[in-house]
Amino acid sequence: MQFFIEIVISGVLSGLMYSLVALGFVLIYKASGVFNFAQGAMVYAAALAVVGLMGYGIPMWLSIVGAFVYMIIIGIGAERLVLSKLVNQPSITLFMATIGLSYFLEGLSSILFGNEVRSIDLGVVDEPIMSIMDATGLGISKFDLFASAIIIGLVILLSLFFQFTKIGRALRAVADDHQAALSLGISLEHIWTIVWIIAGFVALVAGLLWGSRNGVQYALSLTALKALPVLILGGFTSVPGAIVGGIIIGVSEKLAEIYIPPVLQEAFGGNYGGIEGWFPYIFALFFLLVRPEGLFGEKHIDRV
Amino acid sequence: MTLKMNTTQNMPNQDSNNVVLKVENISLSFGGVRALNNISFDVNEHEIRSIIGPNGAGKSSMLNVINGIYHPQEGSIFFNGKTRNRMNPTDVARHGIARTFQNIALFKGMTVLDNIMTGRNTLMKSNFLTNALWVGPARDEEEEHRAKVEEIIDFLEIQHIRKTPVGKLAYGLQKRVELARALAAEPTLLLLDEPMAGMNVEEKQDMCRFILEVNNQYGMTIVLIEHDMGVVMDISDRIVVLDYGRKIGDGLPDVVKNDPEVIKAYLGSGH
Repeated sequence: MQFFIEIVISGVLSGLMYSLVALGFVLIYKASGVFNFAQGAMVYAAALAVVGLMGYGIPMWLSIVGAFVYMIIIGIGAERLVLSKLVNQPSITLFMATIGLSYFLEGLSSILFGNEVRSIDLGVVDEPIMSIMDATGLGISKFDLFASAIIIGLVILLSLFFQFTKIGRALRAVADDHQAALSLGISLEHIWTIVWIIAGFVALVAGLLWGSRNGVQYALSLTALKALPVLILGGFTSVPGAIVGGIIIGVSEKLAEIYIPPVLQEAFGGNYGGIEGWFPYIFALFFLLVRPEGLFGEKHIDRV
Repeated sequence: MTLKMNTTQNMPNQDSNNVVLKVENISLSFGGVRALNNISFDVNEHEIRSIIGPNGAGKSSMLNVINGIYHPQEGSIFFNGKTRNRMNPTDVARHGIARTFQNIALFKGMTVLDNIMTGRNTLMKSNFLTNALWVGPARDEEEEHRAKVEEIIDFLEIQHIRKTPVGKLAYGLQKRVELARALAAEPTLLLLDEPMAGMNVEEKQDMCRFILEVNNQYGMTIVLIEHDMGVVMDISDRIVVLDYGRKIGDGLPDVVKNDPEVIKAYLGSGH
């Protein structure tokens, strides 16, 4: 039982890391209807910028600020130079543009900051917290807990921003109804640029946490793919959905990794490791059949 | 329905002929379909100017041209001292034109209060940085504008629903919230696209009262599209009549009411 709880907790904590990436997708999708495939590349680019700048001997905090500036430039550039030129195009066109953008970002960031594998040290180690271990026997990673606290803090800050500021309100307005927002003098381009900047900030936080855990390497770009099942579960337009979806994926893949192989081995013999790698996708596939709009997504009923 | 009005309010402001908006020779087509054909009319300061006509006459298209959602192929629009060939929705809003939509375009998931606050967007000057950091200027501004919004809420008698998400409200109330959001922008020109459609008699009376008060007390200029002839004849200063994208009448309610062509096209059709 204790083992089970430990797995669930570590699943929740690592799931929040997926939530963070999914959150970047949701923000842009909600406001502009663009499925931004480059979100993963943005995570990678932000992490590269941090380690790249640190490589020049710049202190860490300043490198993080510098990386944020880099993300702001990318956000403004992507919106002004690419997406604003494609307004009113079919969504598949916009999607293709973001795929192109993701390759461009990976390339540009490698040129600017190098692409060899490096590590980020946030000063928190990935080892069990001893006091909890002694008291309850549960092994909970210090790093996972730290990362989760940062993510939860970020989500709270973002919700406060959306809820209580003029621009937050304008963002929600644009997400709800483009034409009505326009009639109030809200500039869609301005709002979309801001959303890209916020998504860039989220990518920076994700890059720092993921980079610190797994090293800054090209595979970071692929964390975007792990966000897909999260989005299918949580719905593409829901921030709480991204959080809950991430947690469900995190927990279910950890449980699957532990509990499915022995069953398979008993039945068919052989070795069944690495279930973690594909389980979320199969899980999301079944989920699609049952609830295509996701847990929190909007249900579309079209009048025929 | 009847609305008791003193006659002076029903008269056009001919002595203060200050033209706020003037559209000239506007033509608009979608593919081969002519939605508007060579339409011209003007709107004076402080008047209620109505556009009427049968379904598909081009009334909403006309409003969308003024608002910049549609761009006409021909003609010009004079507003705010400038003549333009086409308007742009964001600019239009910044220069003091607010509107409501025929099929309510509120932000359904947001509360009444938040919806109305979005109306003040153009009047709020704080930027992304002060908003993100939630420092002094942004916070003061928020409170100041919030006070104005509360005034509008009181005026339109919707205090009891201010924290309710708009999607949960009855249709008539949603229409009123949409008017509130438009008023929040403190526009010089208010465009109302069928503000009374789908309302019961009581709701219509309330809406009429609000429109007249907005016009009388705040001196706001109003362009109104409405189907209810009784209402239109009662509250309008002057009326433009459209039919199949053409202007077939223009003038005082009494004149328009008795124009044979108008009667043939519209009033006579068993309305």
